[in-house]
Amino acid sequence: MDKKTPLYDTHVKYGGRIVEFGGFLLPVQYETGIVKEHMAVRTQAGIFDVSHMGEILVQGEKAVDFLNLILTNNYTDLAPGYARYSPMCNENGGTVDDLIVYMKAPNDYFVVVNASNTDKDFAWMCDHKIDGVELTNVSEQYGQVALQGPAAETILRKVCDEEYIPGGYYTCKFDGEIKGIPCMISRTGYTGEDGFEIYMPADKAADMWELLIEAGKDDGLIPCALGARDTLRMEAAMPLYGHELEEDISPKTAGLGFAIKMDKPDFIGKAALEADTPLKQRRVGLKVTGRGIVREHLDVYKDGKIIGHTTSGTKLPYLDGAYAMAIVDSDAREIGSSCEVDVRGRMVECEMVKLPFYKREK
Amino acid sequence: MFDPKELKYTKDDEWLGYEGDIAVVGISDYAQHELGDLVFVNLPEVGDEVVAGEAFGDVESVKAVADVISPVSGIVEEINEDILDDAALINEDAYAAWFIKVKEVGDTEELMDADAYDAYCAAR
Repeated sequence: MDKKTPLYDTHVKYGGRIVEFGGFLLPVQYETGIVKEHMAVRTQAGIFDVSHMGEILVQGEKAVDFLNLILTNNYTDLAPGYARYSPMCNENGGTVDDLIVYMKAPNDYFVVVNASNTDKDFAWMCDHKIDGVELTNVSEQYGQVALQGPAAETILRKVCDEEYIPGGYYTCKFDGEIKGIPCMISRTGYTGEDGFEIYMPADKAADMWELLIEAGKDDGLIPCALGARDTLRMEAAMPLYGHELEEDISPKTAGLGFAIKMDKPDFIGKAALEADTPLKQRRVGLKVTGRGIVREHLDVYKDGKIIGHTTSGTKLPYLDGAYAMAIVDSDAREIGSSCEVDVRGRMVECEMVKLPFYKREK
Repeated sequence: MFDPKELKYTKDDEWLGYEGDIAVVGISDYAQHELGDLVFVNLPEVGDEVVAGEAFGDVESVKAVADVISPVSGIVEEINEDILDDAALINEDAYAAWFIKVKEVGDTEELMDADAYDAYCAAR
């Protein structure tokens, strides 16, 4: 049975078209449609329900050692109030999930994982737990909304004291408050824009949504749903688990080398990642130069040979063109070169391009 | 544009109208609304044969692809180049943004009139 987030009734009220996603009933779009929702986030602001995301507490005197063991990134120098992204690998170097760790205090971390992986991740962490670590799955207790877009800070300032607004990207205020609702506010997101992710008790999520909608009504803020979340993250080339990352896709292949610290003492998957050198396959961007839309799970050809497959793709609204991401053989991956994708029997011409497709001006 | 009240409809949400003995085919307003923002259309070429009940092309929204089924058998007389360039025209007016015109019309699928189609959509 699919779960409802604490904002389910709110989505219905706002005209959301409800679908199943990651075990949750969530809107794929509101009446405005994916393109307008996408453009609102690029040019003004959008608000998303991301309550389906999982939250796991990692606590205890060995918490940082545990994070350094199960994750590819290094948490030794993470300070309280900061966040850091990491893949979590299996022994084969494939990806169990990708997640964000927030440091609340020494020996006290808040880990946010993908909705559909929450149970798997929690089981994986428990299986690899070391002495001196306590793990708690607190996913049910939290609602989460993402306020994203160039106007996000302006909107937040209308309802939130300066002291609770995190200043830098990937920083966080744990004991914040918005109009009397206790919350955690982090300057993070999944859209390629500036913005905030706000965690609050599940039963306060609907109140938070309504007060932010009200606060943003003169700044172009509109409700946005999963469809726009997907096109926004694609434009920014952020990987999505189940697409660019999988149990059999390593974070190196996905181009996440910045979050893999090979100089760290042993971590799960390190030996396998070391062995995959030079990399057999790598992620690449495809700009569709022929006619058509290139979607996921399609074969990519170069000189008549299959060199890989697409992992995500559609028409991207802000760039106003068809783009895809693919995982291809490293020796066939040459930025600027052309390739073809088999779209239901029709070969569509593409150009290999650098990622991200879109990067905001700071 | 075509008057939706004068058109016939398939259960797959295509509409069929006539200009003399040339059949004109598009997708209904209900269909464009369900599909969401359309971004691409695949059409056959002029001179291709279409068969009643079989796909002659497809429409793609940001999130999905849907086949477009021909309500008639015949030969493609003309295709709407405008929607090839800008599929959003279908979202703007599904009864102006026709897909193909078909000559030498033979078999025809089972069709509903506008009232029956409205009732069919309301029940979904």
